[in-house]
Amino acid sequence: MASISFQNVTKSFGDFNAVSNATFEINDGEFICLLGPSGCGKTTSLRMIAGLETPTSGRIYIGDRDVTALHPRDRKISMVFQDYALYPHMNISDNISYPLKVRGENEATRGERAQEVADVLKIGHLLDRLPAQISGGQQQRTSLARALVNPSQVYLFDEPLSNLDAKLRLEARGFLHHLQHSMGMTSVYVTHDQAEAMALATRVAVMDQGRIVQFATPMEIYRKPATTFVANFVGNPPMNLLPVEAMVADNVLKVRAEGLEVADIPMQRSFAEAVAVNPKITMGVRPEHLRATAEAENVVRGKLFANENMGAEKLVTIERPDAARFTARIFTDDDIILTEDVALGFSSKHITLFDADGNRLALDDE
Amino acid sequence: MTLSFHQMLSRISFSVLTAIIGIAFALPLLWFLFAPFNARAELGLEIPAVFTLQNFYTVFENKFAMRGLLNSFIQSVGGVVLVGISATLAAYALSRSDVPGKKSITYILLLFSSVVSGSAAMVPIFLIISSLGLIDTHIAVILVFAGGLLPTAMFILRDFIDGIPKSYEESAMVAGASSMQAFRDVALPVIRPGIVVVVVWAFVNIWGSFLIPFILLRSDELMPASVAIYSFYSEAGTPIVTLLAAYALIYSFPVISLYLFVNWKFGFRFFGGIKA
Repeated sequence: MASISFQNVTKSFGDFNAVSNATFEINDGEFICLLGPSGCGKTTSLRMIAGLETPTSGRIYIGDRDVTALHPRDRKISMVFQDYALYPHMNISDNISYPLKVRGENEATRGERAQEVADVLKIGHLLDRLPAQISGGQQQRTSLARALVNPSQVYLFDEPLSNLDAKLRLEARGFLHHLQHSMGMTSVYVTHDQAEAMALATRVAVMDQGRIVQFATPMEIYRKPATTFVANFVGNPPMNLLPVEAMVADNVLKVRAEGLEVADIPMQRSFAEAVAVNPKITMGVRPEHLRATAEAENVVRGKLFANENMGAEKLVTIERPDAARFTARIFTDDDIILTEDVALGFSSKHITLFDADGNRLALDDE
Repeated sequence: MTLSFHQMLSRISFSVLTAIIGIAFALPLLWFLFAPFNARAELGLEIPAVFTLQNFYTVFENKFAMRGLLNSFIQSVGGVVLVGISATLAAYALSRSDVPGKKSITYILLLFSSVVSGSAAMVPIFLIISSLGLIDTHIAVILVFAGGLLPTAMFILRDFIDGIPKSYEESAMVAGASSMQAFRDVALPVIRPGIVVVVVWAFVNIWGSFLIPFILLRSDELMPASVAIYSFYSEAGTPIVTLLAAYALIYSFPVISLYLFVNWKFGFRFFGGIKA
């Protein structure tokens, strides 16, 4: 196992900067998720760790080795590919033990190790099959087995679950979490699925347009999203964002918008600074913090737009006069009656504020 | 199910029409199968009264014709090996590397290849081969064919390799393989069906060609079967049909068996990637 370090790493393809000046540290034994929409540079970052892309500038270290220009074979890494990249002409056993073959292990050892790893992953009975003869979930586990068969310093995952159906994906996710906990391997995991990142990661790097927007624990990213981009990307459904007009008076912050009643918010230094620059700020509330009641500290009103039943909960979406939508997650056990006009209530402690540029406004005690 | 009179009529006339077309194409093939075994074969189709192998005995005694089959074999195999290896390596490089303008390289080569092996370039080719001192050698024939067939072979193979995910070799390299090992262990086996197609195509092309060996070769000992077949014409230029038919059947045998072998061994289908 080893740490990973990016120092001012930039990767350009022509005029396009896939990764811009990224600097971060991944500690030994951490499980890091690179999270972001497609084209944000997360896969490019991963491929640079693997050595499949070379940085345009900057340096990458694995442990204390500078690996920036090293061939992938010499990096002591394992990688799981999105399309699994199983060799169609080799049976499962040979696929799994290929890393041992190129390192010169004899056939008996290879067979033994393949059987061991395959048994752990519950594909031990498939070793004689060809990849085309097993299911997608089994192919995924085969590619995982191939990554695990040879001890590596770093384990890389490129959206390994995105080709599985929903149920299998949850199962595989749980297994990966268990695996990482029991082995404590340094892992970097690329995904565009925020739920996957939240469930697996010790820390998440949220990326947007080649830059790391926030690099923090899943809870911190959830509770204190650094920007509106992060707030809008993390959570299912994501945080509701509403443009509001802010005003400072008598050492409190008042926010205004049509159909919105918000109690005075105790003043913070960052609020005053932001409002002085531009009073048009953004207020965010997570869907799970909204209740279907007008009897609350704060209330937002609108017309009923959608009412989706999810079993344990329902998603109630209202459309506001400014065409912004607000979605609430409400337990189905709380029997509520919805009319055409809906009021959603929320507590003051669940409000997050962002300045005009979309950066979160911190509280004074942070 | 009942059919209306019109539907019946159209079905019947369709069947009759296709049968006639089928027969028109089948007749020469039937002649090709029957004539070699007929001691009195003519150009007309005739089921022999007595099947005989006498035609073949006579052909086997013709040293020039037999030598021709061997020469065809040498030239075809030589050309196929050269085309197969060079096209695989070139196509792999063109598909996987970042050579600037790699697309246009293939297209320009492709454009010129039809010129190289065509009759228009015969004079320059003759002059080049002559100044290389290779006139009247197998090497000359092999080189000219390789030059003519390579661009198309590269084009076919490059397309084939483009369709194979890069992640195969990438995963091999991450697993600890050198670029060469990744090519040999992973890429090559996956590309093999494409190579087989190119090899069969190149073999058939060289085996059946007449003009290039006819121009580049002088001595009887080097002439391929396509030229040697003219030893079954009388001096007046009329074919000796019985021997010609027998020799033609022998001549076509390697190509047919190659197709059957490849079909049995590889099935003319592609591995492709695993469904994602």
